[in-house]
Amino acid sequence: MTGSHIQAESLNVFYGKHRALRDVTVNVPRGKITAVIGPSGCGKSTLLRVFNRLIDLNDEVNITGRVLFDGVDIYDKNLDVYSLRKRMGLLAQRPFALPMSIFENVAYGLRIHNSIDKSKLNMLVERYLKEANLWDEVKDRLNSSAYKLSIGQQQRLCLARGLAIEPEIILGDEPTSALDPFSAQAIERKLLEFKGRYTVVVVTHNIQQAMKLADYVIFLYNGIVIEADSADKIFGSPNNKITQAYIKGEYLDEIWLEKEALSRNKVLGGEGI
Amino acid sequence: MSNVNKRVIEERVFKGIMLLSIGIVASIFLGMLAVIIVKGAPGLSWEMLSQAPKGAYYSGQIHGGTLNSILGSIYLALGATFLAALISIPVVLFINVYLEKNSRLATFIRFSLDVLWGIPSIVYGAFGFIIMMFFQFRASLLAGIITIAFLELPIMSRAADGVLKMVPHDLKEVSFALGATRWETAFKVVLRQAFPGILTALLIALGRGIGDAAAVLFTTGYTDSLPSSLLRPVATLPLTVFFQLGTPFPQVQQRGYTAALILMLVILLISILSRVLTKSFYKHILR
Repeated sequence: MTGSHIQAESLNVFYGKHRALRDVTVNVPRGKITAVIGPSGCGKSTLLRVFNRLIDLNDEVNITGRVLFDGVDIYDKNLDVYSLRKRMGLLAQRPFALPMSIFENVAYGLRIHNSIDKSKLNMLVERYLKEANLWDEVKDRLNSSAYKLSIGQQQRLCLARGLAIEPEIILGDEPTSALDPFSAQAIERKLLEFKGRYTVVVVTHNIQQAMKLADYVIFLYNGIVIEADSADKIFGSPNNKITQAYIKGEYLDEIWLEKEALSRNKVLGGEGI
Repeated sequence: MSNVNKRVIEERVFKGIMLLSIGIVASIFLGMLAVIIVKGAPGLSWEMLSQAPKGAYYSGQIHGGTLNSILGSIYLALGATFLAALISIPVVLFINVYLEKNSRLATFIRFSLDVLWGIPSIVYGAFGFIIMMFFQFRASLLAGIITIAFLELPIMSRAADGVLKMVPHDLKEVSFALGATRWETAFKVVLRQAFPGILTALLIALGRGIGDAAAVLFTTGYTDSLPSSLLRPVATLPLTVFFQLGTPFPQVQQRGYTAALILMLVILLISILSRVLTKSFYKHILR
């Protein structure tokens, strides 16, 4: 099946009075790697948190518009949020291992979603640790604390833990920003391998990384989608002046940026401030 | 005077104040320890630890040991701490995992617990007594357990609450992102991470419960026989200390100090044992 895996339609997110996303309408193509780029505070992470509804945990958050996942509205009252999250693995900015052994970290998701016997559990934990390229480094110390691993290893453990819930989508929230270049490369290579098998959405403010990974790019500025297109188009000949400037790393006047972003939003059918 | 000199003096003054405070705490502790050991240790014997008393303390004619109050206190404190934990852990998990950060209900619960903490234990005793009368209960181990559990509740809850607040929010999010429910997150992740702190909370409450005399004065009664049933009165170490120090007989007063020493040893022993027995839970905790 091809087409969109996730679609957001006129999505607005307010934190109290602050509007973090403005009339966001985007498609996340199935089986591809989508990079969400933009400067800090532009709403990239908010968008991810909307997708897996972790945003529900924030106080005083207000969401309007629709988000469709396989055509189903994820904010439908009857939707089971736990199975929604099970379908999306999250790789966070900093690896946060659970306060358990290496084995139990991977087994955690398996146990809460299925009732499986010990031998099957062993097999699955091994499979996902191998999948995350961590097995050889930890096979002799599965029962030791996850916090004894290096930060790069911990991120791969988090990857294994996320894969173990058998998601369809992998969400990465700047998954390599806390890692050294080698560990970062290991994660990037994994994400590239996943192409086709999983739909990947990576939030990053590292343009090189977006260029290496992405098939599709969403450029956000101030909560507004400035441009969303194939990676070739965005990195080759972007339509918008802001996109162009951001990718080239040009210095830009903030007042000019603000005006451009808002007029862009009007062109897209949204409103001004 | 140069700015650098001023800062160096400031540093020394405040360090001095801190060391002085530590000195005061240490001397209070050592002083009490010394008094209790000097006065109580001569009476410490195997007989004291292993037998019920014979004769009556108020007549000055007393032999045997104080096993009745040792067992009474241990049963009472363990029972009450267990009961208090059954109630206070769900309360603190609820306000920390289920309620939002600035929830009014959470603020109200914390405020109520603080007020409860401040109520003197004799009032808990009177409250326990009223409940006892209402249910046509006699003074008994069970009535004491319930009263002490009430007394321990706010202490344990507030101590555990402080610990649960320290659990990183990201850790909870990891669990939610994997599709865990709030209950799974609370029970399997938050409680695990906070375990050493929760244990400390239980021990603080236990120490407070085992040492309290006023709350059990009306509710558990007092007896020279060993505890035999939840529904019968039991002796407790604090009341033993209270009654025996109040007699005019030096030999009975000596037994009171010995009971105080035993009380301290019991608390020490329970603290050490619980740390040792739960050590294996510690190794996976995020520090």
